[in-house]
Amino acid sequence: MKSIRRLSSLALICASASLLAGTVASLTAPAGAQGTAVASASPIDAPQIVAMRRLTEAQYRNAIADIFGPDIKVAGRFEPVVRPVHELIASGSREAAISPLGLEQFDSMARNIAAQVFDEKHSGQFIPCHPQDNAKADDACATATLAPLGRYLFRRPLTTQELVLYVKMAGLAAGPTGSFNGGLELALSAMLVSPNFLYIVETAQPDPAHPGVLALDNYSRAARLSFTLWNSTPNAVLLDAAAAGRLTDPAQLAEIARGMVASPRFEQGVRAFFTDMLLFERFDNLSKDPVLFPYYNAQVGQAMPEQMLRTIVDELVTRGGDYRQLFTTNRTWMTRALGGLYQVPVHKSAGWEPYTFAPGDDRAGILGQAGFLAIYSQTGRSSPTLRGRAVRELLMCQPVPNPPGNVNFTAVQDTKNKAVPTARIRLSAHVTDDNCAGCHKLTDPVGLSLERFDGIGSWRTTENGAPIDPSGNLDKTVFSGAAGLGKVLAESPDTHQCAASRALEYARAMPSDDDGDLVEALDKQFAADGYSIKALFLRVATLPENYQVKIPALQTGATRVSMANQ
Amino acid sequence: MRFDLSRRTALRGMINGAGVAVALPLLDVFLDGNGVAMAATGAPVPVRFGTWFWGLGVNPSRWFPTTAGPNYDLKPELAPIKPFQSKINVLGNFNVMLDGAPNLPHVSGGPAIRTGRALTADRGLPGESFDVTISDLIGKRTRFSSLEVSAIGDARNSLSGRGGGDLNSSETTPAGLYQRVFGTGFKDPNSASFTPDPQVMARRSVLSAVADQRQALNQAVGAADRQKLDQYYTSVRQLENQLDVELTKPQPLEACLVPRKVSADLPVNGEIETVMLNHQLMTDLLVMALACDQTRVFNMMFNNGASSLTRIGSTVTHHQLTHEEVLDNKLGYQPEATYFLTKIMEAWVYFVGALDKVKEGDRTLLDNTIAFAHSETEFAKFHTIDNIPMMTAGSGGGRIKTGIYVDGQGTPVSRVGLTLQQAMGVPVDRWGSKSMETNKRLGEILA
Repeated sequence: MKSIRRLSSLALICASASLLAGTVASLTAPAGAQGTAVASASPIDAPQIVAMRRLTEAQYRNAIADIFGPDIKVAGRFEPVVRPVHELIASGSREAAISPLGLEQFDSMARNIAAQVFDEKHSGQFIPCHPQDNAKADDACATATLAPLGRYLFRRPLTTQELVLYVKMAGLAAGPTGSFNGGLELALSAMLVSPNFLYIVETAQPDPAHPGVLALDNYSRAARLSFTLWNSTPNAVLLDAAAAGRLTDPAQLAEIARGMVASPRFEQGVRAFFTDMLLFERFDNLSKDPVLFPYYNAQVGQAMPEQMLRTIVDELVTRGGDYRQLFTTNRTWMTRALGGLYQVPVHKSAGWEPYTFAPGDDRAGILGQAGFLAIYSQTGRSSPTLRGRAVRELLMCQPVPNPPGNVNFTAVQDTKNKAVPTARIRLSAHVTDDNCAGCHKLTDPVGLSLERFDGIGSWRTTENGAPIDPSGNLDKTVFSGAAGLGKVLAESPDTHQCAASRALEYARAMPSDDDGDLVEALDKQFAADGYSIKALFLRVATLPENYQVKIPALQTGATRVSMANQ
Repeated sequence: MRFDLSRRTALRGMINGAGVAVALPLLDVFLDGNGVAMAATGAPVPVRFGTWFWGLGVNPSRWFPTTAGPNYDLKPELAPIKPFQSKINVLGNFNVMLDGAPNLPHVSGGPAIRTGRALTADRGLPGESFDVTISDLIGKRTRFSSLEVSAIGDARNSLSGRGGGDLNSSETTPAGLYQRVFGTGFKDPNSASFTPDPQVMARRSVLSAVADQRQALNQAVGAADRQKLDQYYTSVRQLENQLDVELTKPQPLEACLVPRKVSADLPVNGEIETVMLNHQLMTDLLVMALACDQTRVFNMMFNNGASSLTRIGSTVTHHQLTHEEVLDNKLGYQPEATYFLTKIMEAWVYFVGALDKVKEGDRTLLDNTIAFAHSETEFAKFHTIDNIPMMTAGSGGGRIKTGIYVDGQGTPVSRVGLTLQQAMGVPVDRWGSKSMETNKRLGEILA
C-alpha cells in the first residue's frame, strides 16, 4: 500500500509542479482572481455552507503527503473524531468540534509542517520564483507561492481577501525573521490551522431544477469525490474540473469518477471505507493479556488490521471480485509475526506474502481472520456475544439493542467453574433468562460458530478441556464454523444491502436511515454490477442525490443552561 | 523560524487592520477571578476545580456511610480515605432521573451527573458539562483552560465538553502530559530571568489571522455548523490566551517545583498496575500544573465507564467480573471485582494526598481546590444509576464545608452540579433539565 501511495503522490507533485509553473506566468493577473466565483455571488443564490466535516487523521496525513510530498513528516497526535453509535466516523466528522487540546495539536503540527516545507531542502519545490532579497518580504513572489498552495489546502482558490491577508502576513513576518522563507512559513502555518483546511467546508446553492433542494457547488463536489474515492484532498485535475464547472455536469462528473475508481489511488479509498465500517479504531486500544496469549505482541497487533485490509483490497480491488467473497475467500496475506498465530509457514522474513488456506480450512473470509476475531473479544478470552453483535451491526446493518439497565447477570456462571467449561454452556444462561434472551438470541448463535478461534484468533478445538461445538444459526439458517457463517452471510441480502447503505453514508457523511428507497435502488444496481465495490462506489459517486442537500429545517443552538455563557 | 529579538517590535501591531495584538498583556493574567492578587503578594491564591472519575461504582453496603452529617462512619471500602476524612465529603442517595430515556449501561450515569441532563441517544454529551462552565469562568487566565487526563489511555475517554461532537479529549500518557504542560512554552514562575519567546509572538499573529476569517465563514454558515465554528474559535481564543500567558513574566509561586521529565516508553493499557503507575505519574504532573498555575481546572479519568481494567493472567475484565462473578455468599460481595475497587480507592487517596502535600501559604493546594469524584453506576452488577457514589475533596479556599456525609434522600443528582458551580462562583440559580432541573443547593456543605 505504501509504495502505491508514494507513486501516486509523486505523480501529484509532478502535476503540481506544472501548475506552479503556470501560476508564475499568470502572476500579473489580479491576486485571487480565481476566487471571484465565490466572492461575487449575489445574495439570493449565495452559496451557503451546508456541512463542515472535520478531516480525520488519515485524511489530514494523505492531504499533506499529496500536497507537499511524502517526505514531509506529520508528527503529532490527533484529536479523534468520535463515532456516533451505529454510524460511521464519517458521519461523526460532521459533528466534530475542535477542542482546545485538539487545536493545540493542530497548531503544533502546522508549524512543524510549514518549517519543513520552507526549509532549504524543500522550499525550491514550492517557491516558483526568486525573491528580490532572500532576507526581505517580496509580495509578488509570496503571492505566487501561496496562491497555489492555498488552493490545494482549502480545496478551492483563495478569495482575494484571504490571499491578501496571507501575503501580508508573510511580508510582515519576513522582517523579524530576517527571511523571506520565514515569512512564508508563518503564512502557511496560518493556513494549516484555518477552519477552511481542518474542515471540509461544503457549500451549496439553490437548485432551480429541484425547488427545496440545494445542490453542492463544483469545488464541494471535487472534495466529495476525492475524499470518498481516494480519502485525500482533490488534486489539480479535480480542482481544474471544478474551476471549469465540469462537476455540475452529470456526464462529465461520471467520466471523472470513472477515472478515479480505475486509479491505483482507489485502493486508499477502499481501505479508508473498510477501516471506518469495521470499527478499526478498536485496534488503537487493543490489548491482550500476555500471559494468556503468548503469540500476541505489538507486531502481531499491527499486522492484524493490515492483513484484513490486504485481503479486502486483493479481493475487491485487485481482482475486482464480488463483495460477498469477503466472507468466503480462502486467500489472504501473511507476515512472519502472523505465521506463529496462524501456525502456518511464512517464507519471507520481512514483509507480506500471499497465503491460501487449504480447502476445508475454517479460516474462511475476513470473519476467520485474527484481526476481526481479536477486536471482537475480551482482553483475556473470546466473546461470542461481541462477535455476533459485530456481524449483525457492522456487516448486516442490524442494530442490536443494549442490555437493559436493570439486567440481572446472576444467571451467568463463573468462568472458573469446571461444570461450565465452554462459552456455549455459559451463555446458555442468557438465553434461558427472558430478560436477556431477546438480544442474546440474535448475537450468541452467530458468534458461537467462531468459538474455535480464541481471544486473539488462534485455532483451538477445546476450551477448558471440553470440545468446542462450532454450530451456529443466523435467524433460521443453521450452519457450522466460520466457513459456514461466511457462506450464510454471503447469501444474505442484508449483507450486500448493508454495504450499499454504508457506502452512501460514507460519501454523504450522514446515515442513510431515511433513504430506504435510495438504498434499495443502489443495492439493486450493486447486484446488477456483480457486487463489484468499484461499481458501487462509482454509482454512489455519480448519484444525483449524493450532491443534493435538503434545505435544513431551522435548528436551534445548544441550550445553554449556565448563565456564565450567556 | 528564527526571530531577531531586537526587532520584535515590528511584530507588534503586525497586520494592524487585522487586529493583531502581540503587545504583552497586562499582569492581570495573574489575578484571580475577583481581581485579588496572588500568593507572592501575600493575598489569597486562586481556587481550583476538578473532577476525578472512576467506572463501575462500589458495593453500596460496604461503601456508603450509615449516618448523615459530620464524622461519618467509614465502611470497609471507604476506609482508605481515613487520613483525609475531615477534608472529604461523601454524597449519597442522589438520583439520576431519565424521564423515560433508556438507561444506557455505563453510559447514562456519568453524563447525567456532569450535565444535569438525561442522555437520549448515545452520541456525545447531552449538554455542556459543568466543569467546562466552571473553566469558562476561572480558566481563562491560565495557559490551559483545563487539562483532561485518562490514566487508562484512550483519548475518547472523557466526560468533559460542550455537548454532542464537542468533547475535550484526554491526554493518554504521562509523557504527553509532561510535554504539553512543562515542555516548550512553559515558563518557570520562579526563574529569575524571563525572555519572551519571539516564536510565540509569531504564533500569536498566526492565530489572529485565523480569527479574522471568522466573519467570512459566519456569513454563510447554518446553525449547526455555526455552533461548531463557535467552538473552534473558543479553542482559538484559548490558544491565543495560552500564548499571551507565555509572553508575560509570571509571578513567583513558592509551591511550584518543575517536575522532572517523564519517560516516553511507559506502556499504556488496561492492566491495573500499569494504570496505577500512570495515574500516579499523571497526578504528580497535574498537581504541579496546578501549583505552577498552568491551569485551574482538571478532569482525571482513572478508568472508563465499562471498565476495561484487567489483571495479568485473568481472562476477564473488571467490567465482566462485575456482571459475571458470583456473589460470594460468605463475604456478601464479589471478591475479584472488588479487588479493582480497592485499587481505585487507593488511587483516589493518592490523588487527594498529592494535592494535600503541596503547601500554599498556611493552607495546602487541596484546601484551595474542590476535587469532585464520581462514578457512573451505583452497583455495576445491576447497572443501577440511583445513589451513584460521589465525593468532594478540599474546601475550595473555604467555599464549602468538608468532612460531611450528605444524604440526598432521593433528590436529583443535578443538585450536586448546581452546588459545585455556585461554590466556584458560577452565577447560576437553576440547573439541569426536566426532572433534573433544580434550584435546591446542598445547604449542608455550602459555606
